[in-house]
Amino acid sequence: MSDLASPLPGVAVSGIAEVRELGLRGMITIKGDLALPLVNSTATGVSGVDFPDRGQANYVGERGLCWMAPDEIMVLTPYAEAAGDTAHIAHVLRDTHSLVANVSDARCLFEVSGASAREVLSKLTPADMHPDRFRPGAFRRTRLAQVPAAVWMRDDQTIEVFAFRSAARYVSDLLANAARPGTAVGYY
Amino acid sequence: MLILHCPYCGVDADETELAPGGEAHLKRFGPGSSDAEFEAYLFQRENPKGVHFERWRHANGCGKWFHAARCTTTNEVFGTYSAQVTEPPRDIHDKITGKRPGWLSRWLS
Repeated sequence: MSDLASPLPGVAVSGIAEVRELGLRGMITIKGDLALPLVNSTATGVSGVDFPDRGQANYVGERGLCWMAPDEIMVLTPYAEAAGDTAHIAHVLRDTHSLVANVSDARCLFEVSGASAREVLSKLTPADMHPDRFRPGAFRRTRLAQVPAAVWMRDDQTIEVFAFRSAARYVSDLLANAARPGTAVGYY
Repeated sequence: MLILHCPYCGVDADETELAPGGEAHLKRFGPGSSDAEFEAYLFQRENPKGVHFERWRHANGCGKWFHAARCTTTNEVFGTYSAQVTEPPRDIHDKITGKRPGWLSRWLS
């Protein structure tokens, strides 16, 4: 059995905000008609949270649901349980037009925290990170410099950043550079 | 900088989050059509000074295609709307008429 490792284990940088790699997390993509009761109830059943509104994410502990697109929802699970949960969801939805994929190993995950967390992200993404627009609970797919990413406002000073694992080093360097000491803009 | 409201995920997406898809509401002429029709379908595009309809894809976002109506001279955006239509919806049409009285619509009814 190979040792499972996140792309940049233990990477942490401190500056105008704290940036750290969050390690492995289970992520399951479900594509399908989200209005179908079976799709909806399967996603909420596995995650144990309410179905999120458009552009939102809900979570309890390590489980949660992230709204990705009008026909796509992402289930968050503990990493070790992702494979089993994927099989369960695929089985329940076997007769429903849908796609279920365990994408845990395709992703990397970072946390940016601190009073200037919004500012660090604002330097890298065209998304509006203003506190009035991007409130806690908001989840948005966007880009960081040249790569696609998703940003999730966990609370007012904590942002989780999802990106593709193949771009982990790039995203890590971007965030570290944007959080360099002495680079606060003080916009928000 | 162009900012378009994505009608699918509801965010105001910056131009750099979007991929352009060219002119909207083209009618396909495939097998069985005349050479002239096929050529027009493949190559001939509107290049208006003023009101224009375009396809855009929210590439770094929800990934959906949508339509946008904008002015090519001022970059004013009249509105964005669903991709599942073959012509601009009534409300977009009326909004343009309100702001550009006398514009020549291909879909005047």
